[in-house]
Amino acid sequence: MANAVEATELVKTFKGGVRALEGVSLEVAEGTVFGLLGPNGAGKTTAVRILTTILAPDSGSARVLGHDVVHEAAQVRASIGLAGQYAAVDENLTGRENLRMVGQLTHLTRKVASARADELLARFELTDAANRSVKTYSGGMRRRLDLAAALVDRPPVLFLDEPTTGLDPYSRVALWGVIEELTGAGATVLLTTQYLEEADRLADRLAVVDHGKVIAEGTSEELKARLGATVLDLNMGDDERAKQALGVLAGRWPREPVLSGATVELQLDGGARVVTEALRVLEEADLVPSTLAMREPSLNDVFLALTGHGADADQSDGKEATK
Amino acid sequence: MSTVTVAGPTEMPRAGLRATPWRAALDSLVVMERNLIAYRRVPESLFFSSVQPIMFVLLFRYVFGGAIKVIGFRGGYANYLMPGIYVQTVAFGSVATSIGLAEDLQKGIIERFRALPMARSAVLAGRTLADLVRNVFVVLIITAVGYAVGFRVEGLAGFLAGVGLLLLFAYCLSWGFAVIGLSAPNSETAQVMAFPVLFPLTFAAGTFVPVSSMPGWLQGFANYQPVGEVVAAARSLMVGGPGPAANHVIGTLLWCLGVLVVLAPLAVWRYRTRTT
Repeated sequence: MANAVEATELVKTFKGGVRALEGVSLEVAEGTVFGLLGPNGAGKTTAVRILTTILAPDSGSARVLGHDVVHEAAQVRASIGLAGQYAAVDENLTGRENLRMVGQLTHLTRKVASARADELLARFELTDAANRSVKTYSGGMRRRLDLAAALVDRPPVLFLDEPTTGLDPYSRVALWGVIEELTGAGATVLLTTQYLEEADRLADRLAVVDHGKVIAEGTSEELKARLGATVLDLNMGDDERAKQALGVLAGRWPREPVLSGATVELQLDGGARVVTEALRVLEEADLVPSTLAMREPSLNDVFLALTGHGADADQSDGKEATK
Repeated sequence: MSTVTVAGPTEMPRAGLRATPWRAALDSLVVMERNLIAYRRVPESLFFSSVQPIMFVLLFRYVFGGAIKVIGFRGGYANYLMPGIYVQTVAFGSVATSIGLAEDLQKGIIERFRALPMARSAVLAGRTLADLVRNVFVVLIITAVGYAVGFRVEGLAGFLAGVGLLLLFAYCLSWGFAVIGLSAPNSETAQVMAFPVLFPLTFAAGTFVPVSSMPGWLQGFANYQPVGEVVAAARSLMVGGPGPAANHVIGTLLWCLGVLVVLAPLAVWRYRTRTT
């Protein structure tokens, strides 16, 4: 499949020597969702700004649908939509005026821009507020309008910079639905997020960014696999029964079960089948565990393992040079 | 939410992508319209930018005016004063360009514009054009106030020529203030940065007092600096004196050209390279 977005060794240093990007490369296949995951200040926004032609990289190159972001910026701009974490909509205009303006500036005809504005207002539940100035909008409404503005000319590639930061849970889930709808219609989405859950839920592939570098890349499953598989904790009630259970379960799977007090820990490389087999074997041996616990390695575990700090840790040193 | 498809890369009817001058002009008009809507929605800003020149008219006409000796003007000091007030008003009005651009940067709107397939020059052209319209509006108000305090023009043609010239001057000045707006960290600072430029230009000129009353070393500056030229030109055109208009009109046009040639590209460059 062709790549909608390709970046090669992007480097960007801001005034004051802040190294925002130190050689970021990534590839986003057409029609997929790519998640750029990292804490504040990791360089996510800088990467998005370069890919959307807002910033020029110091070195390295990037292409969107085959067009160079520096030398063919006009073509790139014609095929992208950007929704940022700062909700860049005009406060003094109404919601409808904002969308119409963007429509006209993306060179839709006045009539089409108007119709498209109304369609998007309806889609994002802003019809009632369409003729109110954005100043009166709530934070969530502004974010929806900002996203709608990014979709006005139906761009094939969308960049969503922390689209759900600061949204209430309802709006967040609604936005996830929109993103799924977009990719369902064939759009390519690159989104940045600090939320592991969100990246896990939405992204086909992920890049974990920290201090301006991609420190891991792959599907969410691949990243989790780096830390080993899901762990099943079988609490047998007492140490004696646990030893017996260990004996029964040994030698069946590539990864041997491990004894930890009254608990047998089983690595689930083979997926859920391992669970059913283990329980069947234990039941036959009359060794039914008293409690069961399943531990999924979370992306937070991934982050912790890769960076030595959690994904939610705010970093003041690599401060993102934005506003 | 309803079930209307949000997007999907469907081709939408649109004009060509080539950055033709026609395209750039249309984009500029869209941005201008957007800025004018904002001015209309926040009438306070327009109100207060009219109050200040009105106060200046009253202050100079009735407080300082009696102590200022001007000769050869029908209508006396009111006729001497008003062309100066016009120039001062539109020059101060063009600071709106700095403030507006700094605000747009601050609020991230420029970021959105920069990712749109619109002409690069349209944000600046749309802003300066909106500020031109704003200046026209303020000029109308000042004219009414001027008339009330005794300002009488020499002839309508000359008056309109004078107004046209000073609006052109203010428009060019807007491009200069665009540079400040695009360099300032925020709109408050943009305003503060504009005044050290504006004060010497508007006051060290024949705006309110005759240049001949100033010390010799200052007279050269006061006569030939941009505001000095445009005040003299506007005064000659509107109330017929002192001296012929032609030289000052040419001086004004040269300054306009100079400001545009040097500062407009600088503003566009700042717009392209400003990273936040």
